Amino acid sequence: MIERNRWLDVLSHAVLIVGVVVVAFPVYVTFVASTHTMQEVVQAPMPLWPGSHAWENYTTALLGDRSGSGTTAAVGRMMMVSLITALVIALAKISMSLLSAFAIVYFKFPCRMAIFWAIFMTLMLPVEVRIGPTYQVVADLGLLNSYAGLTVPLVASATATFLFRQFFLTIPDELVEAARMDGAGPMRFFKDVLVPLSTSSMAALFVIQFIYGWNQYLWPLLVTTEESMYPVVIGIKRMISGGDAQTEWNIVMATAMLAMLPPALVVILMQKWFVKGLVDTEK
Amino acid sequence: MLIAPQVSVIGIFFFWPALQALLQSLQQSDAFGTSVEWVGFANFQRLWQDASYLESFQTTAVFSSLVAVLGIGISLCLAYFADRVVRGTVVYRTLLIWPYAVAPAVAGVVWLFLFSPSIGVVSYALNQWGFEWNALLNSRHAMALIVMAAVWKQISYNFLFFLAGLQSIPKSLIEAAAIDGAGPWRRFWTIQFPLLSPTSFFLLVINVVYAFFDTFGIVDAATKGGPGKDTAILVYKVYFDGFKALDLGGSAAQSVVLMVIVVALTVVQFRFVEKKVNY
Repeated sequence: MIERNRWLDVLSHAVLIVGVVVVAFPVYVTFVASTHTMQEVVQAPMPLWPGSHAWENYTTALLGDRSGSGTTAAVGRMMMVSLITALVIALAKISMSLLSAFAIVYFKFPCRMAIFWAIFMTLMLPVEVRIGPTYQVVADLGLLNSYAGLTVPLVASATATFLFRQFFLTIPDELVEAARMDGAGPMRFFKDVLVPLSTSSMAALFVIQFIYGWNQYLWPLLVTTEESMYPVVIGIKRMISGGDAQTEWNIVMATAMLAMLPPALVVILMQKWFVKGLVDTEK
Repeated sequence: MLIAPQVSVIGIFFFWPALQALLQSLQQSDAFGTSVEWVGFANFQRLWQDASYLESFQTTAVFSSLVAVLGIGISLCLAYFADRVVRGTVVYRTLLIWPYAVAPAVAGVVWLFLFSPSIGVVSYALNQWGFEWNALLNSRHAMALIVMAAVWKQISYNFLFFLAGLQSIPKSLIEAAAIDGAGPWRRFWTIQFPLLSPTSFFLLVINVVYAFFDTFGIVDAATKGGPGKDTAILVYKVYFDGFKALDLGGSAAQSVVLMVIVVALTVVQFRFVEKKVNY
């Protein structure tokens, strides 16, 4: 630091701690609510210290044997659906954009630039602006209430394709020539040179896309009508649809904790990749 | 072909529906889709005369400017102090970034619970202090609720970018200013803030896009667009009119308006972010 200023240092820490506390407070309350019985939670003011019913609440939520209004499907099942959806979306996005970036950079074929611009334009068509017709297409293909319906319409990715394209453009031609001299065909080059070189980009993208897939809301809301296909984000919304009086807030809050856990873990454990992923995909 | 999967997905799920939206916006059909009639721009005309649509525009504008300004302001402040502290930057960063991972709908549910008029902790505290809080009846309160939830979720993202921006400012500049006798306040406004302007501008665009499109989950979970239609942002209205009220033509016309907005925002982003705003 440039100058020593005790007062300013204290202020910095104070502001940051206040920030952290304010950011964490909602989640703390959620956690506390998930450890009490329903009666304790709905009386105002609810207790602010964790109670002793955590185990019951979480097992009730996970197994789905409850009686409140709204959906009573098992959250365990929803977590599975969310996990599969998020993984499929993340992995499919990465592999598809890797392949198309490879094709665009290393092969000459008709309409190459047209396809490139077409991919670029999808940036301007987020799901939200074309929900109606996209829903129709998926319904016509008979993909409602299936993993394919949940994932396939979301797996195209302009940002990922760009990222890989930019990356491939920085790979020196010598490497390509060397590979050719050694008798490697294009697929061999792809497998043994490009894929290993892009692992760090792939990890970064994986974090971002996993969170994207897990947190999808509008699209699953439309394509899933059966309880067995609800991702957890939809399930939690369905649980509170009965109004204040009948909602089992303790169970809902336990579900909220469960729904937050996997993506939060991914972000915190893979923090380095997460930061890289954010900065790379947006710039 | 290597590119076939990508092309088929964007063809089937992006361009075909977008085209359909364009066509439908020019048509009028009944709820069962049995009769379709070309009506030209009538759907759009109807939109311009529809008071609730114009109101939704206003709501969206208020909502997104509040989210962008508050989100950017708070996170800039946090990032500045995080950059200042000598030890613990990484710890604070870890503690501040995880809300990014929370799904918008889950954030909506959590904030709804905190501020629920009958059982919420915060609303109880507010009532104790003599402030009548009721997000179910008062549209200002409902708006405040979704703004808070949206800002809460977006702070981590802005924070990361500001922190990265601040850390990339050369230390020598700051030291030179300090030697010239500029205090921390002065240094912030004359050196760090101007140098952060590209980041700020980029974040402004991103935050507006976020407030427009990614907050659907928050709105749907926390207020369902209510009370009345007072927090129905544009995306929520497209969903509501198309899927709940089954007005396909009107919904498609709204989609087209949204598309135009997205295209405009994207163009702005690329034109200016590429050039980098500089003083």
